[in-house]
Amino acid sequence: MATLSNDDVRHIGKLCRLNLSDEEVKRLGPELSSILSFVDKLQEVDTSSVEPTPQPTGITNGFREDEVVADGPTREELLATSPLPIVDNQIQTPSAHG
Amino acid sequence: MGNTLTIVEAHAKLKAKEITSEQLVQSCIDRIESVDGKLNAVVYKNFERALEQAKKIDAAGKFDHPLTGIPFLTKDVYCEKGIPTTACSNVLRSKDYAPPFDCTTIQRLHAVGAISIGKTNTDEFTQGASTETSCYGVTKNPWDTSCVAGGSSGGSAAAVAADECIFALGTDTGGSIRQPAAFCGCTGIRPTYGRTSRYGVMSMASSLDTIGPLCKSIEDMAIVLEAISGKDPLDATTGDTEVPQYAGTLNGDIKGMKLGLPKEYFSDGMNEEMKTAVMDAVEVLKNLGAEIIDISLPHTEYATPCYYVICPSEVSSNMARYDGIRFGHTVSGADDLVDYYHKTRTEGFGDEVKRRIMIGTYALSAGYYDAYYRQALKVRTLIKKDFEDAYQSVDAIIAPVTPSAAFTIGTHEGDPVAMYLEDVFLDPQVMAGIPALSVPCGETKEGLPLGLQIMGKQWGESEILNIAHAYEQATDWNEKKPNL
Repeated sequence: MATLSNDDVRHIGKLCRLNLSDEEVKRLGPELSSILSFVDKLQEVDTSSVEPTPQPTGITNGFREDEVVADGPTREELLATSPLPIVDNQIQTPSAHG
Repeated sequence: MGNTLTIVEAHAKLKAKEITSEQLVQSCIDRIESVDGKLNAVVYKNFERALEQAKKIDAAGKFDHPLTGIPFLTKDVYCEKGIPTTACSNVLRSKDYAPPFDCTTIQRLHAVGAISIGKTNTDEFTQGASTETSCYGVTKNPWDTSCVAGGSSGGSAAAVAADECIFALGTDTGGSIRQPAAFCGCTGIRPTYGRTSRYGVMSMASSLDTIGPLCKSIEDMAIVLEAISGKDPLDATTGDTEVPQYAGTLNGDIKGMKLGLPKEYFSDGMNEEMKTAVMDAVEVLKNLGAEIIDISLPHTEYATPCYYVICPSEVSSNMARYDGIRFGHTVSGADDLVDYYHKTRTEGFGDEVKRRIMIGTYALSAGYYDAYYRQALKVRTLIKKDFEDAYQSVDAIIAPVTPSAAFTIGTHEGDPVAMYLEDVFLDPQVMAGIPALSVPCGETKEGLPLGLQIMGKQWGESEILNIAHAYEQATDWNEKKPNL
């Protein structure tokens, strides 16, 4: 049975870009562990000679011509949905370097 | 009142000029204004624009398509140009994301003159089975407002059942159309994966997501499904398979059809009322000339664990785009970009979305990928093969939609696994990519609706629609209305 420690939960939170309070870590540990125990049932199944099914209908590689489709939203419309300042048609984010 | 009509009935009246589209739209608006306070099914009202469109359609006076002038509601994940679409999540709600484009399905429905009148409640990003994870609060069941309407398309199901619209759209990733349809006593179909385009519908789990209608009758469902199905260059998972004329081919003749009854859905501990309702339905189908055959789908018990690996894994990837940059929630005072991501997502996402992102990230991380995601994809192959084997000897499969009727609000609070188990009869079809629908087939002694599930072969929507139509014609469950 999979059991996640508080440190495991904090580490996963960091990978997910989520801040977790101590109270949340304490609650999420048992919750996530119970979900992992539930899905552990899959380990019972012998799949040594089974191929995976990534997508059920088996359609592969839907190619199309590489051409500009002109009836999509404009640049201005797309930028307008950003909550951040727009400077010279670009979104100004906080610095990547602190 | 116009709002209680089916598509077929409303279309006949529009065509005969007995009612106008404006009156029809207005009757739905009036109904929403008078009963939605009790239900919380509608989260955005687009009434002004809807009335304008209706007037234009009335002025043109042409009602050639059965959906022309017909008002509908869409789940709050269908992008609609200029209309707030929030997935019922604070990550999009705080700035009311208004998409700069229409999703393919809305385009297709607008093209035939159907009128969108608003957005319906859903679990946050469709992640749940009760709409309890919505940032707008839970949708209540029209038959008993102390119960959930189901989920995640609970708002759409409650709205259809309460006659707030003529039909509604939902999404079904792990049962999110079929289960609320069953809980609220309307019809709902999960089409074959790739039958309908998902372009512009906010993704949850991309190898599982489908979109489809919730309606007041099977004939209506056939009309909407036909209008929204088919290849879309903007969704590469849509199939080339030709879209049959669903609506024109319902004849209710199921003589000689072979229907499978899978023993795994009828355990000893099964809810008695549900068992009685489904077995009564089986008798009706037998009397209509169908042959009932006992079958086995041996990997059924693995479908829900399989779902709760694949779904959160794909969720963790799809939710990565909500980083506060291109749309949605924002925070001030972040130290740097990584801190900004953390703060935006921490404030924006609710508990269930966070749980799924974390489980998915864990399941996909180095050292665990083979044990979780890859193993789940292999088990999916076995579940799919169960159905392929069964379809060697039967044309369709009959089962309950849910283990029992709608549960009381708060029943599964703090117990995510108990909530996941609500999906046990709904995940196998998802793994196999087959179509499945829900049609009302009974009620509990408290008067809560129960649903019959009919499953078909991939791309075999026509057959299951016809079986459901035959059943519906022979019974009167779909004529019952909640007393609000």
